[in-house]
Amino acid sequence: MKTNDVIIQFTAKIVFFIIFFFSIHIFLAGHYTPGGGFVGGLLTSSAIVLLVLAFDINTVRHILPINYTYLTAIGLLLALATAAFPMFMGKPFFTHYFNYFDLPLLGKQSLHTAMLFDSGVYLVVVGVTMTIIQTIGEDE
Amino acid sequence: MLAAILVPFLYRSIKNIHTGWFVLAVPATLVVIYASYITQVAKGEIFTGELPWIPSLDISIVSYLDGLSLLFSLLITGIGSLVVLYSIFYLDKHKEKLHNFYVYLLLFMSAMLGVVQSDHLITLYFFWELTSISSFLLIGYWYNRDASRFGALKSMMITVGGGLMMLGGFVLLYLMGGTYSIRELIVMAPNLVDQPLFTWSLVLILLGAFTKSAQFPFYIWLPDAMEAPTPVSAYLHSATMVKAGIYLVARFTPIFAASELWVWLVTGVGILTLFWGSFFAVKQTDLKGILAFSTVSQLGLIMSLLGASAVAFHSNDSIDTIKFAAFAAIFHLINHATFKGSLFMIAGIIDHETGTRDIRKLGGLMSIMPISFTVAAIGSLSMAGLPPFNGFLSKEMFLTAMLSLQKFELFGFDTWGTLFPIVAWVASIFTFIYSFYFVFRTFNGNYKPEKLPHKPHEAPIGMLISPILLAVLVVLIFFIPNFIGDTFVKPAVQAIQPFLYDTPQDIDIHVVAWHGINPELLMTIGIIIIGVLLFVALPNWQGMYQRLPKAFTLNNAYDKIMQGLDVGLNRLSRIYMTGSMRHYLLYMFSGIVVIVIGSLVVKNAFSLSFQDTAPIRPYEIILVIVLLIGTAITVLAKSRLTAIIGLGSVGYTVALFFVIFNAPDLALTQLVIETISVALFLLAFYHLPKLGKREERMRFQLNRAVISIAVGVMVTLVALSAHSQKLIPSISKYYEETVYSLAGGGNIVNVILVDYRGFDTLFEITVLGIAGMAILAMIKLRMNRKEKSHENK
Repeated sequence: MKTNDVIIQFTAKIVFFIIFFFSIHIFLAGHYTPGGGFVGGLLTSSAIVLLVLAFDINTVRHILPINYTYLTAIGLLLALATAAFPMFMGKPFFTHYFNYFDLPLLGKQSLHTAMLFDSGVYLVVVGVTMTIIQTIGEDE
Repeated sequence: MLAAILVPFLYRSIKNIHTGWFVLAVPATLVVIYASYITQVAKGEIFTGELPWIPSLDISIVSYLDGLSLLFSLLITGIGSLVVLYSIFYLDKHKEKLHNFYVYLLLFMSAMLGVVQSDHLITLYFFWELTSISSFLLIGYWYNRDASRFGALKSMMITVGGGLMMLGGFVLLYLMGGTYSIRELIVMAPNLVDQPLFTWSLVLILLGAFTKSAQFPFYIWLPDAMEAPTPVSAYLHSATMVKAGIYLVARFTPIFAASELWVWLVTGVGILTLFWGSFFAVKQTDLKGILAFSTVSQLGLIMSLLGASAVAFHSNDSIDTIKFAAFAAIFHLINHATFKGSLFMIAGIIDHETGTRDIRKLGGLMSIMPISFTVAAIGSLSMAGLPPFNGFLSKEMFLTAMLSLQKFELFGFDTWGTLFPIVAWVASIFTFIYSFYFVFRTFNGNYKPEKLPHKPHEAPIGMLISPILLAVLVVLIFFIPNFIGDTFVKPAVQAIQPFLYDTPQDIDIHVVAWHGINPELLMTIGIIIIGVLLFVALPNWQGMYQRLPKAFTLNNAYDKIMQGLDVGLNRLSRIYMTGSMRHYLLYMFSGIVVIVIGSLVVKNAFSLSFQDTAPIRPYEIILVIVLLIGTAITVLAKSRLTAIIGLGSVGYTVALFFVIFNAPDLALTQLVIETISVALFLLAFYHLPKLGKREERMRFQLNRAVISIAVGVMVTLVALSAHSQKLIPSISKYYEETVYSLAGGGNIVNVILVDYRGFDTLFEITVLGIAGMAILAMIKLRMNRKEKSHENK
């Protein structure tokens, strides 16, 4: 039974960006307000899941040609690298650095290596959730 | 030991020459080396060497060469050389796997030398087990025969079982004495007697010695070990391995002799074994069977003499004759090694030349194999204790020692002591009978060529060299007993009884062949007369053995025990290892409940205090009620769908709890995760197989209800008690104060996750990654397998 999903597909196109930006916001704001890599990652993947529901897996794979297994690996490596980097500077494992910079366009902002670690978490969460949903969804 | 590694290469590379010739060089060289120590050791000198092994645990390989060790070392290497020489002619170089044989044999030889020269308890045990293992390999040499494997397994079970007991005894000795060195333990022996562990260690070490030396009731492995090649039987089961227990008893006599139990156990078990072995030897029809039982009985004789020698520690002035015991034990040990070795070799020759060892098929070989007959006759007569052979001398000393036991008032020997010489005397009669039985049934009587697989003829000269040499020794020792006594026996006796003698020269024992008419001689004459009479009448009463019920034999008991253990343990594991996960969960939960509640009760840790509890707000009550309803729905649901939805409602309620308890991060995460897991549950539910998909209510089972309630009560109790007894203030203050200054953040939860304790997060995302990969692998691989099975069809 093939039905015409115009409304849901159209809504999904818009809502996807809303959820995605919200997830990025939650991810970036994690250090000061509730949120962080984990929830951000989950929200991003839920945005993708919305697309999967509205279209189908193959279309979504066409739109977002991402190998989620690699994404997981990259995320893990990023987290590990962030954690291991201070060891080369003679500091203990998992020392974070932060400082305030005057960035063009954004003004005075703090940059924190914990953010890099959190991006690792974010990538892993997106990668794993999407891997699970994709494999189960494709399974006959 | 090193030579053992080389043997296979020699076997492979040099096919034409029998590998045994190369092997022969090893024990022969060792004999020469050990012989060079004889004169010094005879004067009472002692040689030691040390090689640290695990210094931090105080374990090292300490070699210790005194009279006793030297005597055993010479026996091992000397008889070893003769056995290797004999095996060169006994084993065919084309048909047999010679490299295996000689590797095992050399391994055994080095292990045995290690046993007798170790001063260190742990290395002694190490070599002891090495002898068990190499003997196991040698017995099972013809591994394609069932009987060989059975015999090997049986000997392994019994000797290793005893070895483990012995290890226990050693450890107890170490705990008491604080040292592993036997020498130091001997020095402090008087202090050990009163220790509570002393008796245990004594019994355990004796168990080790008795199993190895085939004493009653552990002798049963020895007759079955006769499936080994004859050189092995001659070497291991007459001259060396079975004497390891004797050595152990002799070595530990100075430590344990002060105990009454030791004297009674060693003497009593020895004399019982002597009688038992000699009694059942007459029953056997297999030549090696007779020899095996005779070995058992002779070992019992030596053991009882060692037990008697321990009496000398208690009365160093009164009676001189008891000092004979240790001397007689060692002397008989040498004699037994010589005549039993030669007899085994003769049995092997007969087997080799006629094709059978069954005494009922043999007979009349005297004129066909005259040399073998002579050697066998010398060996047997010596075993029977007749002059002019060495067995006579040691038998006389044995009777002397047994007779003198009853003169002791210690330990109740004055009442029960009379029993010893009587039993010994009866056993000697049986010894006499089976010795005659062995030699005359084989070589005398009617020649029955039709029953023999081969046409018999005299053995090649190479095979005869070793038994002839041993037989010559048998006669020689009778004529020069004092040379042997002075050079070998006295240093050994001094090692057994170090408190009595300072040097070997102090031992004033002079062996004479003719010592006048005394009770011992009369007893010997009695043995000969009754023995001859009974031997002649043997066909009339041998049938009595058949009447003995088979169910009461020790072999049967062994088989029953092994079988019972096998079946019983199987049954036991089948009872509790049902394979059902529910049962295992029941075990685990009840175990946890018992342990936790038990420790709460034992430590009296129940405590309830509501002092610092927060006030209960109305919406908390509402949420709790919702939660309870959700839980009840989940548990009592009739269909799976209801249960899943109930579970989801529980999850969302928990998220709400996080909200009202001010945990926005947790609430966010809980919401999303709950959604995903409910989706996954639904997915799993959708994929359930059609078959047996009856939507059925969960069956109620009382034990499960009881256990789950118990678990719930336990968790509640622990939570309440833990809350009421906060001993340490929380560390969260620190986080609150430093979150901005040190970590540059505002969200404490997130900062803890990525900064303070980022390590946990790192591994949690790793766990996530692994879970994702595992799901991927499970689903993809299953598909692959399906495809493959389709291809196969």
